[in-house]
Amino acid sequence: MSETALFIKGVDKFYGPIDHGVHAVKQLSMDVKKGEIIALLGSSGCGKTSTLRMVAGFEAVSRGTISLKGREVQTFAPVKRNVAMAFEGYSLYPPLTVRENIAFALKASKLSQSVVEEKVASIAKLLEIEDIMGRYPSSISGGQQQRASLGRALIRDADLHLLDEPMGQLEPQLRALLRGRIKHFIKERGLTAILVTHDQTEANALADRIAVMEGGVLQQFDTPQMIKERPANLFTGTFVGEPPMNVFSAGISGSGDTVSFGLNEGVKLDYRASDFSHEVRAELMKRSKVVLGIRPYAVRRSEGGVGAKVAVNQWLGDQTHIATDFAGGTMVLVEHDRTNLAIGENVGIRLDPSSLHVFDGESGRAISHGQELA
Amino acid sequence: METTSTLEKTLRLIALTLVVIFFMFPIFWIFLMSFQTNETILAIPPSVIFTPTLSNYAALITGKLTTAAGTLDIAFMRNLGNSIFLSVTSVALALVLGVPAAYAFARHKFKGSEDIAFTLLSFRFAPPLLVLLPLTQYFQWLGLSDTYFGLIWVYQLICLPLILWIVRGYFEDISADVEYAYRIAGHSWFATFRKIALPLAGPGIAAAGLLAFIFAWNNFVFALVLASADKQPVTVGALAFVTSSGIQYGQIASAIVLSVTPTLALALYAQRYLVEGLSLGAVKG
Repeated sequence: MSETALFIKGVDKFYGPIDHGVHAVKQLSMDVKKGEIIALLGSSGCGKTSTLRMVAGFEAVSRGTISLKGREVQTFAPVKRNVAMAFEGYSLYPPLTVRENIAFALKASKLSQSVVEEKVASIAKLLEIEDIMGRYPSSISGGQQQRASLGRALIRDADLHLLDEPMGQLEPQLRALLRGRIKHFIKERGLTAILVTHDQTEANALADRIAVMEGGVLQQFDTPQMIKERPANLFTGTFVGEPPMNVFSAGISGSGDTVSFGLNEGVKLDYRASDFSHEVRAELMKRSKVVLGIRPYAVRRSEGGVGAKVAVNQWLGDQTHIATDFAGGTMVLVEHDRTNLAIGENVGIRLDPSSLHVFDGESGRAISHGQELA
Repeated sequence: METTSTLEKTLRLIALTLVVIFFMFPIFWIFLMSFQTNETILAIPPSVIFTPTLSNYAALITGKLTTAAGTLDIAFMRNLGNSIFLSVTSVALALVLGVPAAYAFARHKFKGSEDIAFTLLSFRFAPPLLVLLPLTQYFQWLGLSDTYFGLIWVYQLICLPLILWIVRGYFEDISADVEYAYRIAGHSWFATFRKIALPLAGPGIAAAGLLAFIFAWNNFVFALVLASADKQPVTVGALAFVTSSGIQYGQIASAIVLSVTPTLALALYAQRYLVEGLSLGAVKG
């Protein structure tokens, strides 16, 4: 299973002249193993769709190489790459019914009529579109078109499946149901898939590894758990996680047995030196400016903690989101019980050193996660 | 859904009828004229009650025009044949050249592509009469004057820009991803053009072809100057009806009816495709 399905090496994408046009993807290198599901996660314009389209062969690669199953394909026409793709805009063929659209993808594979029918029927069942198979794309909803488009991609026996925002138009319940089914479908057949999404829940649920992109640069490429627990930099830390990580810039000072972070408005966080490993302490002391990050669900209230003032208290049915004014910024807490804190009430906040993420004040690169070095 | 009252419906019907009468009356009147002799046509007051005669059509088809001054030979049927040949060939050539060009302009932005497209459009800006004099000299020099080939070439000035610009718009309206979806399913660029782009732009191509046909059919000045009698289309041939002994209204009317028929037939035929194209709905998701 460790065979490399896709290998992207030093890829640049310029729209317009090389080195002078818009630099959409910058020096991207990543590998995808056979049977893996990868999510390209990022906001609009981060380069994730450009990357997908370069792999598919719809966009020229400005620099670098793309290898599929060990052969360099960056100059190949799409037809020679044996990849399947589900498009964000669905792109179904208007004159064909949903059934024909899906079956059409198998036309080049020269399978017998009965095998095609069988495959189409099982895909229709998987995606809950059996009732619209005879309809035309113009007469069905966006969500239905999206599932038809997804079916057209999944039915193919390609070396790589590229899914561009495959579930963006679906209702939440259906999305949750299909996520599970599609993951099972891909894993059962040993397919390799790259999924482009801006929805981190989808990325977390489907992907074995997530590639977080921003500004055309790959920020981090790791498992969902590692991305959440050990974000490589400030961007990944704040982009992944809901509600987002609380961040505060801080000055740093310390003596032999203490480490202190000085936040805005004179707020001071004091820790024992033993709260951090020797290596972490050494790294921290090299710097004067850092950024502290802590996940909202790791923030604790405690009597003797640092003072904060409640600004918002929302019960969401299964958890409470409390936003507080803290050190000139906002500190968000997530608790699992309903609390009756009034707006304006003062609370004490404790930031456990084992939950602290420390980032470099200038580069934003992670220095430490809890006790350990990043 | 808005509800329409009976009054509104009636008013709408009346308005529609008035518009139809306004536009259809001249054609209807010409149709009646084509079955009358010059005497009944010129009778005052005009009347819709007359004894219909096929003599006008007979004269056109036999090519013998009988006037007060004697019998004249007219080549109307040959003119009609020329018109059909010139228009069909010109439009066919313009489609063969223009549709792939339109696709290229719609899909690929290359250096100078906009300039080339605009230059082609600018052929339509120049007044034909201005172009005609130098063109005549060049054609004589090249031995192209008074040839079908030369006329068809000149007709490209009319047809090609029209087809190029209309069809280009239709290609641009097709989402490129529909084509990508086809290509990634294992088809070449050319197969995609043939199987996806061409059928989806079909209604646009039909509309552009029809329009180009009408323009080519109605062209007068190029054929008048660049062709001699045996290669002239009906638009020029109609001049023969102005004879020394007067204007042959009856024959002119029947000539008009005959020369409108091919365009009308083509329009009715193409209409099916135009409507079909619209009912396919939006191409974009």
